[in-house]
Amino acid sequence: MREVALHTGSIPAAEAEQTADLVASTDRTARKMTLNMGPQHPSTHGVLRIVLELDGETIVSAVPDIGFLHTGIEKECEVKNWQQAVTLTDRVDYLANLSNNLVYALAVEKLIGDIEIPAKAQWTRVMMAEFSRLNSHLVWLGTHALDIGAMSVFFYCFREREDILRILEMFSGQRMMTSYIRIGGLALEPPRGWQDRVGKFIRAFPSKVDEYEELLDTNPIWTRRTQGVGFTALEDLLDLGVTGPMIRAAGVKWDIRKSEPYSSYDQFDFEIPTRQENDVYARYRVRLEEMRQSARIITQALEGMPDGAWQADAPKIVLPEREKMKTQMEALIYHFKIVTEGFRVPAGEVYQAVESPRGEIGYYVVSDGTSKPYRVFMRTPSFGNLQALPALLEGRLLADSIAALGSMDFVLGDVDR
Amino acid sequence: MAAALDARFADAITGGHAERGEPTLFIAPSRIADVCRFLKDEQAFIRLSGITAVDWIPADPRFEVVYLLHSLDRNLRLRLKCWVAESECEIDSVTGVWRSANWYEREVFDMFGIVFRGHPDLSRILMPTDWEGHPLRKDYPVHGYKYSYQDE
Repeated sequence: MREVALHTGSIPAAEAEQTADLVASTDRTARKMTLNMGPQHPSTHGVLRIVLELDGETIVSAVPDIGFLHTGIEKECEVKNWQQAVTLTDRVDYLANLSNNLVYALAVEKLIGDIEIPAKAQWTRVMMAEFSRLNSHLVWLGTHALDIGAMSVFFYCFREREDILRILEMFSGQRMMTSYIRIGGLALEPPRGWQDRVGKFIRAFPSKVDEYEELLDTNPIWTRRTQGVGFTALEDLLDLGVTGPMIRAAGVKWDIRKSEPYSSYDQFDFEIPTRQENDVYARYRVRLEEMRQSARIITQALEGMPDGAWQADAPKIVLPEREKMKTQMEALIYHFKIVTEGFRVPAGEVYQAVESPRGEIGYYVVSDGTSKPYRVFMRTPSFGNLQALPALLEGRLLADSIAALGSMDFVLGDVDR
Repeated sequence: MAAALDARFADAITGGHAERGEPTLFIAPSRIADVCRFLKDEQAFIRLSGITAVDWIPADPRFEVVYLLHSLDRNLRLRLKCWVAESECEIDSVTGVWRSANWYEREVFDMFGIVFRGHPDLSRILMPTDWEGHPLRKDYPVHGYKYSYQDE
């Protein structure tokens, strides 16, 4: 009854006055509410708890609580030998495992020093890292669109992702935890007929990206919920340690693939997409454009793949071929040494950074000259980016928090390690 | 940059090298915040990639705190290192220089037990708050069973 009276505008004067007095007399701080978002919230895509303090619908403070997925990967690296630790790097970030394999392999190879990775291995590494980027961006786009209410994009993105996982399986035997990039080259020789599979996928892929773009850009719900949402000043983002597409959407043309080229990225022709708006929509556009650029890189890798060896000529580091191991004494000794003890890496330390789908992954690897890493510090992009979460949420509406949260594209395994 | 640093902080820099093409400077722990402030404001190191530590037990001082700096304008990375003794286990916080230092310092505190003086909220970040010990210390076991019922 009261509702009806309100809508018709016929509230008795006395009652209206009473309500106004009540609102005026309420202490504003007493109206604040604490909301526990997570650890099991569908839009956190992992186990993240955010303690939100709300004033009405406005977020007053947001405090991320992390560590639920902490598995001690850095500690465990210290008891594995150098090559075994590759399998742990996969588990850091399940969507960018090849980027993690790559940065670890590059760091250790830099420590070893006198090891030359053949061109074919380097190009294959680039191609796989780009597949990893496509995989990650597809999962991001699908789930982010799903969070905001565009359901069909999710299905289309996962359709293409499935093709990528099949290609990864073709190369490495595994869909997700590939461990395909090893110290000294690759885990396995690229399989026969890979060009057909990759070629078929990559020829069709750019039209699929156009499809997502059309589905989302013509969707008024999507554009209204993303444009102008999640803005934070660029200086704040840089000061808070944000990297990757987040700051490229704020106009910084910085991509480690260009600024500190590794693994023959300097031989590929691609652009760094940037936007100026620095909102959720700009981040979506940057990632969409990055998918097109990744497709360009894969196409170039497919067409210009060099011939030759796929592993370094370093018998003390790389396992010998089966045939040689069975017929040559020297190869048998090396095989025995590598399997039982691993190889020794000269003492020293390196910091190697690569551009992952989420930003800068940097591994700081310290060796004390033995066959196990002394210390592996993983500077993961999600940890750096998530620190900016309060800056993105505070003072904004609760309803925008999901869009802002999703646009950061973090993986909680990558945060907690 | 080396000249500018030498002129300003001759007493604070205790050594340095550029092994494998990566410039590294050793800084006296008491001056770390000043050096970082100078590098950020006057030498364009606007990014802090991360902070970590290495446990060199049984060496004394035991811990090496490592700061990974990056300058976007100059496309240059620089590593600063401070030795921290186990008996003190304290160093000044650089959260006043880069806000991103906040979580990295908490992580180093959590994993190595090094206290950062002047940190706004120095609490455990990855392990449960009532956890005992610091997992990345070399004398902390890799295997074992231990539970925290903090939230139950």
